[in-house]
Amino acid sequence: MHLDLRTVSIKPLRQTFDRVAARIGGDKPASRYQEATLDVQSDANFHYRPLWDHEHELYDASRTAVKMVDWYAFKDPRQFYYGTYTLARARMQETAEGDFDFVEERGLASKYPSAAKELALEVLLPLRHVEWGGNMNNTSICAYGYGAAITQPCIFQAMDHLGMAQYLTRTGLLLGDVEDLDSAKQAWLADAKWQPLRHYVEDTFVLQDWFELLVAQSLVLDGLLYPLVYQHFDNALSEQAGPVVSMLTRFQSEWYAEHSKWVNATLKTAVGESAANRQLISQWTKSWRDRALTALAPVAALALGEKAGAVMAELHEEFNARAVKFGLTL
Amino acid sequence: MDNVFIIFQTNEETRNIVEAILQDNPEATVNEQPAMVRIDVPGRLTIRRESVEEKMGRDFDLQELHLNLISLGGNINETDDEFSLSWKH
Repeated sequence: MHLDLRTVSIKPLRQTFDRVAARIGGDKPASRYQEATLDVQSDANFHYRPLWDHEHELYDASRTAVKMVDWYAFKDPRQFYYGTYTLARARMQETAEGDFDFVEERGLASKYPSAAKELALEVLLPLRHVEWGGNMNNTSICAYGYGAAITQPCIFQAMDHLGMAQYLTRTGLLLGDVEDLDSAKQAWLADAKWQPLRHYVEDTFVLQDWFELLVAQSLVLDGLLYPLVYQHFDNALSEQAGPVVSMLTRFQSEWYAEHSKWVNATLKTAVGESAANRQLISQWTKSWRDRALTALAPVAALALGEKAGAVMAELHEEFNARAVKFGLTL
Repeated sequence: MDNVFIIFQTNEETRNIVEAILQDNPEATVNEQPAMVRIDVPGRLTIRRESVEEKMGRDFDLQELHLNLISLGGNINETDDEFSLSWKH
């Protein structure tokens, strides 16, 4: 018997969804990120306006003063959709869990010098409440924002902030005890050092314009707080008492490096869209930056002592340099 | 024949690599076959790490190419940032 083997090439009828094809220029294979992002949010046939806000449609681009011709011009440089996001975080979490186990198994926390431990608890634990604020704010941006390209990463960030609040809690429980969490909450609520920062966070809760909220939270507050705490304070602690706390806060510093890529790309797109956007966002950035610098000054003084002034000046300069890079005028 | 070529399996990863190659090598021609994709370029083919990373949205080690590589033609010149094929070495 004679067998004749041949290759049959089966062409798929279509490569991707029509909505995606319309955006990427024709029917060609699209990435999962594009398929899970582009035009995912509904933009028509909303039927009734929501009872809680009859001025706007359910999804309405006019909830912010920022104007975009195309809200899908935003692109997440990390290309996060649910699948890649959870995989990336699972990897980071595995490392973090490993670090926590290591510190616990070797009893590193109990050997940690007590002065440094006190200071670490005093500075890090009230930040749980800041992280919770970040969670609230990013959820709010996701709820009122327009277009999956920008709301999707915000809900991921909301979860990240919640996760980091939990890591801070666990750091507190490892270095200290439940009482330390309680006293940190009291400090957050009553200690004069924390009140300006608390005032900042609570004021962002009531911001109506979601893009302003994004600027106040992700660009300004994250952009100043994270380098202050997880670089400068972390270095100071390591010099004084070794790298145990650095291990326990590794998730946060890795997260910040990745997060700022997204913030930079997002703002570059929004600012580059029009002169009106640039002016508006610059103005927001300026006023929130000044508030944040004032709010963080007492925290820096607590964390870094006499070096605080110099570090804050350095952070201020770095922040301006970064903002100018994506076209803001400060 | 002055052409160099590289052949990858077709999948999510290599689509980004192929896109990066097409972007950096304007003379490249793509030949899509079942489950594999072949790229021919006259003279020299360059894969830049930076372009691939931009397409993929994550860090990329050029050594990862080999996971999906089927075949190639040309002499390899490889650094941390660039992988190139040509007949000139």
